[in-house]
Amino acid sequence: MRAVITIAHHTARRFLASIPALLGVLVFTFLMMRVLPGDPAVFFASDPNAGPEEIEQMRKTLGLDRPLPVQMAYYFRDIATGNLGRSMTTGQPVVTDLAERLPASLELTVTALVLALSLALPLGVLAALYPGTLLDHAVRFVCSLGVCVPTFVSGLVLIYVFYVILGIAPDPTGRLGAFDAPPPGITGLLLVDFLIVGDFESWRSALSQLILPASTMALFVLAPLARMTRASMLAVLGSDFIRTAHSLGLSRRKVIITYGLRNALLPVITITGVVFSTMLGANVLVEKVFAWPGVGSYALDALLASDYAPVQGFVLLMASVFVLVNLTVDTLYGIADPRVTIE
Amino acid sequence: MSATLRHAVWVIRGNPITGVAVAGLSFLIGIALFAPWIQPYDPLASNVQMALQPPSAAHWAGTDQLGRDILSRLIAATRLDLAIAASAVAVSFVIGAVIGSISGYMGGRVDRVVGRIVDVFMAFPLFVMAMAMVAVLGNRVENIIIATAFINLPFYIRFARAEVNVRRGAGWVEAARACGDSHMQVVLLSLLPNILPAMVVQITLNLGWAILNAAGLSFLGLGVTAPTAEWGIMVAEGARFILSGQWWLVAFPGAALMFTVLCFNLVGDGLRDVLDPRMRT
Amino acid sequence: MSEYLLRVKDLHVEFTTRNGRVRAVRGVSLALSPGATLGIVGESGSGKSVTAYAITKLLDRAGRITGGSIEFGDSDLVSASYEEMRRLRGPAISMIFQNARGALNPIRTIGQQLVDALSAHRRLSKEKQQERVLDLLAAVMLKDPERILRSYPHQLSGGMCQRAMIALAIACEPQLLIADEPTTGLDVTTQKTVMDLVARLATERKMGVILITHDLGLAARYCQNIAVMQEGVVVETAPATQLFGSPQHPYTRRLVAASPTAHSTLDDLGVDAESDGVPSCRKTLQSPRTSAARPLLTAKDLTKDFSGFRAVDSVSFDIAPGESVGLVGESGSGKSTISRIISRLIDKSQGSVVFDGHDIGDIPASDFHGSEFRRQIQIVFQDPHESLNPRYTAFDCIAHPLRRLDRLIGKRETKRRVEECAERVEFDCALLTRFPHQLSGGQKARVGIARAIATNPRLLILDEPTAALDVSVQAVVLKLLDRLRREEGLSFFFVSHDLNVVRMLCERIIVMASGRVVEEASSLELFRAPQTAYTRELLEAIPSFDPRRMREIG
Repeated sequence: MRAVITIAHHTARRFLASIPALLGVLVFTFLMMRVLPGDPAVFFASDPNAGPEEIEQMRKTLGLDRPLPVQMAYYFRDIATGNLGRSMTTGQPVVTDLAERLPASLELTVTALVLALSLALPLGVLAALYPGTLLDHAVRFVCSLGVCVPTFVSGLVLIYVFYVILGIAPDPTGRLGAFDAPPPGITGLLLVDFLIVGDFESWRSALSQLILPASTMALFVLAPLARMTRASMLAVLGSDFIRTAHSLGLSRRKVIITYGLRNALLPVITITGVVFSTMLGANVLVEKVFAWPGVGSYALDALLASDYAPVQGFVLLMASVFVLVNLTVDTLYGIADPRVTIE
Repeated sequence: MSATLRHAVWVIRGNPITGVAVAGLSFLIGIALFAPWIQPYDPLASNVQMALQPPSAAHWAGTDQLGRDILSRLIAATRLDLAIAASAVAVSFVIGAVIGSISGYMGGRVDRVVGRIVDVFMAFPLFVMAMAMVAVLGNRVENIIIATAFINLPFYIRFARAEVNVRRGAGWVEAARACGDSHMQVVLLSLLPNILPAMVVQITLNLGWAILNAAGLSFLGLGVTAPTAEWGIMVAEGARFILSGQWWLVAFPGAALMFTVLCFNLVGDGLRDVLDPRMRT
Repeated sequence: MSEYLLRVKDLHVEFTTRNGRVRAVRGVSLALSPGATLGIVGESGSGKSVTAYAITKLLDRAGRITGGSIEFGDSDLVSASYEEMRRLRGPAISMIFQNARGALNPIRTIGQQLVDALSAHRRLSKEKQQERVLDLLAAVMLKDPERILRSYPHQLSGGMCQRAMIALAIACEPQLLIADEPTTGLDVTTQKTVMDLVARLATERKMGVILITHDLGLAARYCQNIAVMQEGVVVETAPATQLFGSPQHPYTRRLVAASPTAHSTLDDLGVDAESDGVPSCRKTLQSPRTSAARPLLTAKDLTKDFSGFRAVDSVSFDIAPGESVGLVGESGSGKSTISRIISRLIDKSQGSVVFDGHDIGDIPASDFHGSEFRRQIQIVFQDPHESLNPRYTAFDCIAHPLRRLDRLIGKRETKRRVEECAERVEFDCALLTRFPHQLSGGQKARVGIARAIATNPRLLILDEPTAALDVSVQAVVLKLLDRLRREEGLSFFFVSHDLNVVRMLCERIIVMASGRVVEEASSLELFRAPQTAYTRELLEAIPSFDPRRMREIG
């Protein structure tokens, strides 16, 4: 019970500590919006050919004639009420657009992360248990190769091999097969929604759409995860308390899993958080290659079309996701390592 | 010094892959330096009759949709991509090393604030930040460099901070103070030279990352723009033809990217072995 | 059943390193009867720890037993399989280690680790287990066992961690306990309680004990037999009394002579010039300064706070010109903080520091490098390896203060001055071009001293200058320091945890505990009639042997 309270306390403290970071991002996006070329008043005016009076009127309604701090206060108020503006390209409120597309990005990222972790952890541990062997070298080779191929190249290579030549992968356009109807939006995660509805045919189809982009993503982050696991496992296996465990005659399983792996996973938790936020950024590339309707490609299209409200919304969304991810990582770390609470 | 050299030879002999990577890197740098003289065709000259030709004796790497020679474009791009990566890394290294080591040496509140800012930046999707920066500053080569340097900066600050932090309490740092060094002299004359070898490893590994970033930005249409020969753009343009089977448009620039990054990473790993004092006697 | 519990015959251990094979142990033979205590002593690199790890077969990957036999009871451990060894470790042989906190799993509670150790070899019910665990904690005299069970290693002190480690080691009632430098890094008083505990448990449970240590005093106090190792070979094995009373082997003789005792003087340390130093061409440089009436340094009511924690609490003392003052205390006593305030590397919170009539306490530490007094107050740091910049040659290290503080620019003049300093500390001028990692511990210590005396300071602060050195090297360095003081009329402020060392070098000793001065007296007085209970405890805790007394008994 005491432990739970400590962890809750710890989490709350970390959350408070991340508030300045969130505020920093808010100010950053606000300033970015002011620096970006283009006059918001012109965007929001009803008619592209609106006269100067109308634009001036618009400026007043938007509060653009007020001093910067006042504008910032308005801006904060808008964000607090969930008003992120309207996208020029889609014509919808940015919040609606993002809510529609976030599940696609999350589904892709989480699947890729799970895939990468389920490969990286065993590979890293095995390489650390048998350092200098063929297995170790093979793992290192695959990892160094994986980190060298940019996602947009590996994605295209996968498409070429599995779609163009072998013809076993589906058409690399989007999340749904050409003949599948989208499920009712329950969670927005297709794999989950199809399961809830019980439509296994479409579920398989959605999965086959997901495999190539998720593998592309996973291949890219496999290396840092496996490397970190290997290095951390090696360091732990060489540490004094492992020698103690041996000197007490604990079974090999106990030494490697309970004493070794559990300690070795601590830095892996941290790196997983970093990897996750890297993936959120790199998503943009993968989503573009596979025409994946996620938030990354949405923001990119908006950016290229000089449509800045969605970009701002995207940056804020990423910042919030990042805060959530960090909080999760910190909480997991707090559970796994009793030492953190004293810091 | 000769001991270091002997050690380097010994490391390369023990790990021949590092030697291969060094050779590969020298090859790339040679290409970059002499690009204008060794490219067989003008990288920008289009020839619509020769569009989308597969690799042949005349065009070793084939031609693209405008009939430009892909090999010549690869060679020209090597120069551009290496230059972008090198300048970006140089900028972030110089600024990052100074800020990081001063912060690490000072410790206390300043260091905690710097550390917190760096943590925030590092965990934030950096690639997205670079995209936004290039969009704000405009599609120019300088801006790619600035954006890449900016998103590299937190790594250098953190690295220098950590390296200085472990040495800050070392006896020889206090001894330098007792010998009459000011705090600034301690940082610049004692600490920086000591963390430099480790930083060199970091720089090498980082160059590969910088190249991936710059190419990724160009791939998305941010940064270097269309007619210029750049690996990322070449892949982006070739992507349209992958479904119709013209693989060489993507494969060659993709392989060039991969080879370059691989060389940097392997040389970085090798350097780490050379410089790791624990492996030396 | 043989008469010996353990019999090691002609043991050879090799390590495969990047520079080829290193023969760390070369033909070691040892024997231990059940319930007996054997000490293996030697300096760093003597192979004593490798021998211990070979016996339990816990050598790391690079190490390999290449010859000999290890008979434990009726079985030969050299040929035992991993599983056979695993079953022996714990119930038959177990170990305790240096740095107990690092030897415990940081993310498992002490209770969980004790259960792990028990259940690896015994099937016990939950209640029985709990009972055993509490018994064990009681046996190692850990108070508040319920709390300890729930604690993680980082929540316990070093001494408590070592007790927990001992509890783990004796959990399955082994017949042999190997203790590898179990008290290194602990304060003397803690050291004594931990060793007393090990000795008591060994007697109660009739365990054989092998104590691996560099400290002859410790071995003398707790072991019946002692084996002395040097470079992988046992040079002499004898009962403790005989070994210290009349050492036979020249190396043992040197080692025994070099170990400071409660009565030895610097001259007793019997170090010949050839053991470490290089015969030098030095001449007398200066005559000692005449002592003045006023103290060279006066510290008054020094106080230092570190964010809410008072490390030093109104400490006052003074140092006369040419005098040598010792400051003794355990870790956390504030002695290092004082040495850094006096040497003006950190600022005091309150109080004053007057040097030669000038108030230097108010010059901020961040500006002191520009003060004229910087060259007059110099420091020799703890751990010579740590205190030399790894990228500076010995020459650069010594030239550093000359260039900065004496503003030497000329190449030839710098060279002349550096060589002169090297000669003063008997450092071979041919080694000046080497980097620290190419020098031995003693050589590095000399460079550190040469650097400190390069600007001809009047006050030399010595911060545990020999704590990281082997005893024989320590003896050489102590003699060198004493000679420098006499010849150059230096004042010493000698900070150390080792009362014996301080006594030999200092006329006056200040004893500190938790930031305050406990006692101050002349060295003679302090040892003869300590006034406070704390000083008495400190003096009693020093593990020492007295060759003269040993001779009488032997």
